[in-house]
Amino acid sequence: MKNSVLLGTLAFAGLAAAGASAATLDDVKARGSLNCGVNTGVPGFAAPDANGEWQGFDVSVCRAVAAAVLGDPEAVNFISTTGKTRFTALASGEVDLLARNTTWTFSRDTDLKFDFVGVNYYDGQGFIVPTALGVSSATELDGATICIQTGTTTELNLADYFRVNDMSYEPVPIETEAEARTQFLAGACDVYTTDRSALASVRVTYPSPDDYVILPEVISKEPLGPLVRHGDSEWGDIVRWTYFALVAAEQYGVTQDNVEEMAAEAGDNPEVNRLLGTEGELGAMIGLENSWAKDAIAAVGNYGEIFSRNIGEDSPVGLERGLNALYTEGGLQYAPPFR
Amino acid sequence: MTTLSDPPRADGFRLSLLVRDKRYRSYTFQAIALIALILFFGWLASNAIRNPVLRQAGIDFGFLADPAGYDINQQPIPYTSQSSHLRAAFIGAINTLIVAFLACATATVLGVIAGVLRLSNNWIVRKLMAIYVEMFRNIPVLIWILIIFTISANVFPQPSAFRGDNPEASPIFGVAAITNRGFYLPRPYFTNGIGAVADEVPADAAAPVAQEVASNANWLIVLAVLVTSFFAVRAVNAWATKRQNATGVRPTTLWVNLGLWFVPIVVTLVILGLRWEVPELRGFNFQGGILARNSLIALWFALSVYTGAFIAENVRAGILAISRGQTEAAAALGLRPGRVMSLVVLPQALRIIIPPLISQYLNITKNTSLAIAVGYMDLTGTLGGITLNQTGRALECILLLMAFYLVFSLVISAVMNAYNASVALKER
Repeated sequence: MKNSVLLGTLAFAGLAAAGASAATLDDVKARGSLNCGVNTGVPGFAAPDANGEWQGFDVSVCRAVAAAVLGDPEAVNFISTTGKTRFTALASGEVDLLARNTTWTFSRDTDLKFDFVGVNYYDGQGFIVPTALGVSSATELDGATICIQTGTTTELNLADYFRVNDMSYEPVPIETEAEARTQFLAGACDVYTTDRSALASVRVTYPSPDDYVILPEVISKEPLGPLVRHGDSEWGDIVRWTYFALVAAEQYGVTQDNVEEMAAEAGDNPEVNRLLGTEGELGAMIGLENSWAKDAIAAVGNYGEIFSRNIGEDSPVGLERGLNALYTEGGLQYAPPFR
Repeated sequence: MTTLSDPPRADGFRLSLLVRDKRYRSYTFQAIALIALILFFGWLASNAIRNPVLRQAGIDFGFLADPAGYDINQQPIPYTSQSSHLRAAFIGAINTLIVAFLACATATVLGVIAGVLRLSNNWIVRKLMAIYVEMFRNIPVLIWILIIFTISANVFPQPSAFRGDNPEASPIFGVAAITNRGFYLPRPYFTNGIGAVADEVPADAAAPVAQEVASNANWLIVLAVLVTSFFAVRAVNAWATKRQNATGVRPTTLWVNLGLWFVPIVVTLVILGLRWEVPELRGFNFQGGILARNSLIALWFALSVYTGAFIAENVRAGILAISRGQTEAAAALGLRPGRVMSLVVLPQALRIIIPPLISQYLNITKNTSLAIAVGYMDLTGTLGGITLNQTGRALECILLLMAFYLVFSLVISAVMNAYNASVALKER
């Protein structure tokens, strides 16, 4: 008995020590797979499909990084994390990368010692209510019972919003999306609040989506993005530039279909050539093969393709590009030059 | 004895004696164990110190004074989202104690009833209790909590079902509403008490409404009256026992006792101006009254029935341990079965029941940490959940959490051990 406790502790400490080592890239290469922290299941963003394959907007980031680093988009261990467990999972080294609609905030970036590598979805917090309630604005929610996921920024935003507007509410804290669904559909809470993208995503999974309406108010800025541990800048660079490669690919018209053709030989656009590795040595600068960006794009497509396939207007979730359009089309998605 | 008959010579000490010789052996092993223990904890400490995350952030409890920023639904003491993390932790601690206390009380009642009835002579009662015990103690308590919570959320009506001229549901006796968000009960309050003065009644109010006096001092008055009644009744009973011992006839004390219990408290409540605030449907929810939330009820009920099954087995074991001769002798004296149980068997069985009962109380207290499954804001939910998550101070929060639970458990153990000592066989 004593032995097993001791060994258990040793094993635990060993794991912690392994997780804390600095060179994440070496660990991933040695392991031959990427440990990627994702949501517990938000359709469109991260959820297993009928075959048990993880699919979604956030999942694509994981697959792109795996493709860039290991050349294989399937070499990913997806690890479901809740709002509460995600940061511990990343800090302890259980995951190499967290792509789980996580809001970039000052304290998470500095105090919690993480690095946000970019914003893959510009979001804001909203409310969903049953149409039968007859509510058309969040300012009419005084006294409502509100379901909210604990350990998220939405929890703090909600408290601030109601305090500033001098309204009262009854918070019902919940742990996962599934619990929220049970409670909200049973009418145990009047309102469910989280990021608007997630609301749109869960609304389509409700038995009769038309009976629920998302209120027009957006009460916060929620820049959602992938993040890595602070202190391993090389790894941070890889994830950041893999993401930028997807955005740049959309801007320059590189798609999943034509990427092989465009990467076969150097073309007219020197930036595309550098991106796809037909010119220069960008891959070597971040410790990867020169075809890293090509592999990533070939695996998941460019940013626009990922968006429209998973959450865009043609998908069941049906979100508009809005702020997430390229800067050339009035949005905020912008990749720095590949040079 | 051999060791004494063969005293060691001063020059004859060999290292192997440390293990072979009975006189040194125990010290040797204790010293080894101590060194191993020190090394183990030293290694743990050095591991923590060398941890890169911890080295950057350090250990700092300063965050406890910062505003928590989140809201808590069940607030036994005043709290806003601007209160400190420490206050949020205290709210969680009080909520933990509330549900632990309620569950301990009901689990004991359930357990004693089920344990006694499991030994009933009635076949159906006996088997029903056996089914209860086996069903509840063989399914994990977390599952019970979730089952009860899900059932209550889906079976009970929504507050909106109470709305309209011909509502689907109506409050019980017009005062208490059972909804899928919780039970809304009337709340007593005082209008003439001492303490904080009531707000002035607006001059244009249609009818003068008695204003609430918001002071807890009034409840202390009520408590003091009840305690006085309790001691008065005890004095009367002692007098009656004395008379019985002297004359052989016990005077009737029932009416005096009832009077002592009820007259003072009724007079006090009338003087203090007791009123009831009845919950009313306004807006999204019932307003006013006391709300026993769904989460509290699910947790309380599940812990009670689950632990009650274990306590029933403790009680049954305790009763079975009392020799059959005791029961038969008591029956031979002409005592009825109920009195045999309460006067002869249970007092002796308590000595066997109490020690495992302490463990069950500790289990309840620790199992309350499953509260987060239904969103009950206990200590694990506030300090160990939201605070930990929002501040990222994992080590500090977990250390505090451990300290809180350790203190709770040690206090419960101490109280129950004292009670155990009071019912234990007095050896003189």
